[in-house]
Formats: sequence, C-alpha cells, structure tokens
Amino acid sequence: MAISVKVMKRPEAGRTSYLRATLKGMSLTFRHLVRPKAVTLEYPEEQPGLHPRWRGTHRMEVHADGRPKCVACGLCPTVCPANCIRLVGGEDDQGNRYPIVYEIDEFRCIFCGMCQEVCPVEAIHVGRHFENAEYDRDRFVYDLDRLMEQDHPVTRLWDPSDPRSE
Amino acid sequence: MNEMNQFSPAEFVAIGAVKVIAVFTVVMLGVAYMTLAERRVSAFIQDRLGPNRVGPFGLLQPIADGLKNILKEETMPGTAAKFYFVLGPALAIMPAVVTFAVIPVASPLPTPKGNVDMIVADVPIGILYILALSSLAVYGIVLSGWASNNKYAFLGGLRASAQMISYEVALGLSIIAVLLLAGNVTLTEMVWKQQQLDFWFVFPLSLAFIFFVVSAFAETNRLPFDMPEAESELITGYHTEYSAMKFSMFFIAEYAHMLTASALMATLFFGGWDIPFWTGDDMFYHGGELIRGFDAAGVPIAAEPSGLKTLLTLGSFTLKTSFFVLLYIWIRWTLPRFRYDQVMHLGWKVLLPASLGYIMLVAGTMLVLDQVGVSFGFSYGLVLTGVSTLAVLAFLFVVDRDRIIAGAHRRMEVTGPGGRDVRSKPIPPYR
Repeated sequence: MAISVKVMKRPEAGRTSYLRATLKGMSLTFRHLVRPKAVTLEYPEEQPGLHPRWRGTHRMEVHADGRPKCVACGLCPTVCPANCIRLVGGEDDQGNRYPIVYEIDEFRCIFCGMCQEVCPVEAIHVGRHFENAEYDRDRFVYDLDRLMEQDHPVTRLWDPSDPRSE
Repeated sequence: MNEMNQFSPAEFVAIGAVKVIAVFTVVMLGVAYMTLAERRVSAFIQDRLGPNRVGPFGLLQPIADGLKNILKEETMPGTAAKFYFVLGPALAIMPAVVTFAVIPVASPLPTPKGNVDMIVADVPIGILYILALSSLAVYGIVLSGWASNNKYAFLGGLRASAQMISYEVALGLSIIAVLLLAGNVTLTEMVWKQQQLDFWFVFPLSLAFIFFVVSAFAETNRLPFDMPEAESELITGYHTEYSAMKFSMFFIAEYAHMLTASALMATLFFGGWDIPFWTGDDMFYHGGELIRGFDAAGVPIAAEPSGLKTLLTLGSFTLKTSFFVLLYIWIRWTLPRFRYDQVMHLGWKVLLPASLGYIMLVAGTMLVLDQVGVSFGFSYGLVLTGVSTLAVLAFLFVVDRDRIIAGAHRRMEVTGPGGRDVRSKPIPPYR
C-alpha cells in the first residue's frame, strides 16, 4: 500500500497554452473520476499489512506451564534508553531467578526494540501491533500479567545477512 | 396560464400547492445529494473514497450533516450587527430556492380534467424573473459580509458584489442571443422553439453557450471564480463568522444556485425536457390547444400528452441537469482559482465585448436569413450553426494566442541566479 511520489515534469516553455492545459487537466481528472485508483485503506475492516520488523507494544513469552520466560537478569532495564522498564527480580527455592515485578511504561517507551535484542532467553519482545487505545492513562503501564496476555505477532529482529528483511 | 382556463380556482390552487411542495422538496433533496456528490466525486478525482460510512455508499451522509448542523452551536460575534447578521443567510437562501419555479421540468401531464403543466409558475417573464431574483442573492452575501464586522468577511462581500456586477452583464448578454433566436422570454416557449428548430440552441448559439457557462460559474461563486469565498486568501470570505444552520443556509443557497444554473443551461441550450430525435414529445400551447407542430399548410397538429411522455421528458431533463452539476464539480476539482484582477479582466475586457460582438453576428445572420426567406427550421439552424462554429473558433484562437504557460524553471533561466534580470525586459504578467 505504498504511495509513490510522482515527480511531474515542468511544461517546456512555449509548448502549451492555458486553454490546452485546461482541457488536458480536465481529461486527467476525468480519467481518475471514472477509474479511481483509490489508495484509501478502509481501516477497521481492512488491516494494514505491517512490516515484519514493525516495532509496537511489548509481549512477554511464556513457558508451557504458564511461567514467564524472563530470568530477571536485568539487561533490558539497563539497555533501555528511555528507562521505561522496572524490574524487581526474585529467586525460587530451586535457585531459578524470576521477575517479581516487571512493568513497562508504554508512554515512555520509544520502541527501539533494544530490550528484545538484548534479552538472552528471548522473553521480552516488541510486537507487530498498534491498536493500543485505552480509556485511562494508568492502563498504559503494562505489568507482567498484561505482558504475558498479549498474543500479537512479535517483531523479527534485524538479520545482517538479510538487511532488507526479504 | 392555461391551467387557469381548464381548472376551477380551488383545483388550480390545490395543483399549485402540490407542485410547489414537490419542486421545493426535490430541489432541497437535490442540494443535499449534490453536497454528497461533490465530496464523492472530488474523492474519486483525488484517488480517495470519500464519505462512505453513513448508510450504503454514504447515501445517508447528507442527513447526518443536516442533523449535525441543526444541533451545533450558533455563534454570534460580539461586534456583529445582529439584525443584518441574521438577515444575511435568509436573504441568500430565498432567491436561490424560488428561481426554480419558472423552469419547466417535463411535458404537460394529462389528467381527466385537463393538462397539468410541469412547471410551478409559467410566468410570461420567465428568464427575466430568474435574472432579477438570482442577482438579489448577492445582497445576502454583501450584507452578511458587512454585518460580520470581520475584515475577511467584508472583503468577501466586496468581491462578491464586484464579481456579480461584472458577470451579470456577460450572463445577460449571452442570454440575449438566445432571446433573439427564441423570440420570447418564456422558458416553456424556448423549449418549444428548440423543438421546432430541430436544433438545440447549443449548436446555433455555441459561443453564447460558452459565455453562459463561464458567467454562470462566476455568478454561482464556484471555482475557478470563487473569489468571495477563497479559502486560501479570505479564510472562507463572507461566511467566516457563520456557524451551524446559518452557515448551512449559505451552503444550501450556493448549491441551489448551482442546480438552477444547471437547469437553466439544460433549458436554454440543451432543449430543456426535449428528448432528442423524437418529435412525439414536442408540446406547446397554441391558441389554447396543445399542439405538436404545424403541417405543410400551417395547420396545427394536435399533440398527444401522456403520463409516460411526462416521465420520459422528466428523465431527460434530470439527466441534462445532472450532467451540468457534474461539470460544475468536475471543473472545481480541476482548475485552480483565478487571481482577482484576472477575474475582472475576463469579465469586462473579454466576455463583455465578445458577447456584444456575438449578438451583432447572430442578429445580422438572422436578419440576412429572414430577408432571404429561410423559414424557421432545420436549414435556418444549420446556417446559424456554421456561423457560430466559425465564431467559436475565432474566439478560442484569439483567447488562446500567446497565453503560454512557462514553469518556474523558465523564469530562473530568464532572470538568472539571484533574480538578476538577464533579459532586456522582464516577463510581462498575465494580462
């Protein structure tokens, strides 16, 4: 659905007159009138095709038993340039680290995707998703449960061997 | 006129009331759907979709717009002249809706008691009534522009009055050519004359048609002549300060004017409700009788009006009018706005002398034809068509000559970098 910009050639000096230019313009608009090449996306019915590397709201991957994959290593809050991730880690009786608190402030987030890149266990992801409207500002701080509930597709990371994601 | 002889006064009043309500409703509905057509057509021209959310294909959009306009807040500027501020929209809308009364929309409808004319008021002054009332509309515009106490609104009002006066002249002069050929000012008779000539007046009077279209565009304040509104220069000109239904009334007035002008183009130049290549629908009152034409001996042939013919001719009229409405919209979304001095130049220095000359040409040709003894009919129209075609070609040649479009890059070439003039004389502005 990409709209390309058409660069119009300036009319050569002395080549056309007002009357002829007017008639030419009329024929051009008429051609568009009878055969419109509408580029409008009728949004709620039609969904835009998001690029595989589109970076939207986050999503936390979960294990089969419902536990978050996050090991609370603390890399994502460290790398986050907007400082929007709050992580409080804990340890269970087998010595496995897990997040007690994991919150992302989606207002602060700049969707750079560095949290996904830095994550060693592929737990936190940015997603291919943009419909984030809420009735309340408080709802934009996503907690761990909310992040685990998200089921939208996740962003594909940039691959140096395929720089254009083809 | 003829209905009064056939019907009792009570029936005449009843028929009149029905016709008034029917035509008013149709004009208002037409205006509502013209706004939708404008938005949809402009969208298609610009490769968009336009409003298609309310009802199927957006067909209920005008109703939603109307509701919105009624419910919106009416603002009143603190420094406005209140009485005239309220009076303005009313003055603008009244002439716009009453002018349709004298336009015949179909052939007479036969009823058991007599024939009902498909025209609200078959007044003998016809076109003069339209000219008189449509120019009254500018009072509403000027008044509201002044009463708003806003410089943009005031400029819009001033421009409207100047433009109206300039183009009223060209409009009237282009109609005079039609009056010469029709020999009457009644619109029903003009339709009849076109049926008798076997030519729609657009062919024998082609140059008058061009002048009429251009002047009508200027009279209805439509692009490329929408000087009084000029969004990019005057915000929206005379209705800058208006909101809600008062603004809507200006809007309705503008579209009603467009509809009337389109109907007038169809009636004056495209045979009105006449169906081409069929003489069965020719109908006219001659000495109180509805006739279809005259035989070789000059004896009138009686016409056979029927409900089907009324319906067909109504369809023909609607089709022609819609075409001109579409032309209005089509041109609006093609051409940019004229500069103000260009509008004045076109009105006074091009259209006025050219239409005067054309009237002389038409009158001279008709005089010669009458002297030679050519009767009003096909060959009469053919000669006029030939003369008019030559006149159109000459006019277009003169108008088109030397009006060369040069892009900005050419001005760069001529003036050189930094605007230094490398030519002996600067580029003359468009005259």
